[in-house]
Amino acid sequence: MVVKTLNGAKAVAEAVKNCQPDVVACYPITPSTHIAEEMNHYYANGDTKTFIAVESEFSAISALIGGAATGARTFTATSSQGLLLMHEALFNAAGMRLPIVMVVANRAVSAPLSIWNDEQDSMSQRDTGWIQLYCKNNQEAVDSVIQAFEIAETTLLPVMVCIDGHYLTHAVGQVNIPPQSEVQDVLPPFKPKIFLDPENPLSLGVYTNPSHYQEFREDLHNDLLQSKEKIIEIGKKFGKRFLRTYGLFEEYKLKDAEFVLVGLGSVMDNVKATVNELRNENQKVGALHLRCFRPFPSEELKKILSGKTIGVIERDLSLGAQPPLYTEIVEALQGTNTIVSSFFGGLGGRNLDRTAIKVLFQKIKSKKPLKEWIAQQKGDQK
Amino acid sequence: MRIPFSKPGTTISNKTGSWKAFRPEIDAKKCVKCAICHNFCPEGIMGNPTKIPEIDFEYCKGCAICEVECPVKAIKMVREPLKEK
Repeated sequence: MVVKTLNGAKAVAEAVKNCQPDVVACYPITPSTHIAEEMNHYYANGDTKTFIAVESEFSAISALIGGAATGARTFTATSSQGLLLMHEALFNAAGMRLPIVMVVANRAVSAPLSIWNDEQDSMSQRDTGWIQLYCKNNQEAVDSVIQAFEIAETTLLPVMVCIDGHYLTHAVGQVNIPPQSEVQDVLPPFKPKIFLDPENPLSLGVYTNPSHYQEFREDLHNDLLQSKEKIIEIGKKFGKRFLRTYGLFEEYKLKDAEFVLVGLGSVMDNVKATVNELRNENQKVGALHLRCFRPFPSEELKKILSGKTIGVIERDLSLGAQPPLYTEIVEALQGTNTIVSSFFGGLGGRNLDRTAIKVLFQKIKSKKPLKEWIAQQKGDQK
Repeated sequence: MRIPFSKPGTTISNKTGSWKAFRPEIDAKKCVKCAICHNFCPEGIMGNPTKIPEIDFEYCKGCAICEVECPVKAIKMVREPLKEK
């Protein structure tokens, strides 16, 4: 066990180094820059095998597609516009079943330009066929990255580990980073089934006629849904070795809770702290941190959330429609007598502190289904 | 788990011959058997390179690269007759 005091980006980079990726290709973009920087340092010091200094995010993901196609363990990190530039190739990575691991340091999207945190960037990529894990603190980020390599390589699906930009990437704190010798206990070497090999030539992602295309997409969809089991299994295995168990979501004082806030990302640590405060006042409140957004655990959420009064808190939007997390929770809870409210905002780095979250708990106690923006608090505007 | 890949030669089931609007015709008297058309044909369907080309029209897309590359102008593209349905 090695406890270090460092920021989220450096912690994640060290965890990645301990997983020994074969190919790393990064293009720096705030707030994921430190990850790219650290990976470059590790390469320069001879700690990792390859670092490709590419000229754009599109090149980064393309280099990894090539790398993963030859059976290599691959990693990159990006944010916001960089992720959007990768968009086209993300579908290819998933479609060709290449187990790439990417850390997304969540940041707002332009315009107007903002470098601060919200989850609009990764939410906009939710339909690309990638597994998406959201982390609420740096410890979870480190652990999820280590698990992500095994999840990707056993399901042959690419994994996005989403950590909030600045709130996590730049926040300095104590993190327990498993050293390489301990990571080897939980992370087996990657043995690809199909890969580019001059001795046994083949083409990947080739043209399909209407008679075959849909079956490939059906398979990808079903495999993504079935990867839930693997995510739980690997989370449990990790817990056995390192005493920190992970699943599709984290319940916090949920069993007897009447009023629950559901969300993802760093805001959920604030929600948990607020739950503690309100529990001291004997209020029956709880929280649910959704770690795994893709695949979406509909049935699992239905089992534990039905009958409660729920507020969905999210830092993202689906412009011109309802916010994505809210719509999926409502869909999951169809046919149950659950009151679901939607609170969206906290965009572009706007703070969601315990005072703001207390207001939301107060609002869902009216037991009316609300849909509203999270208002800016007095004194926030500068 | 279905991975979209193909082994060499497996796209042979995808017959592309129906795509062509023009078909190459070879003047056997002019042909010098230089095999330049063999090397340039993107489909690799010009037959034996030591002989006068025998084109496999099930796959010829009518791209006319052979016509352009032929040094003795032995290949000429002619309009493919319209098929009646």
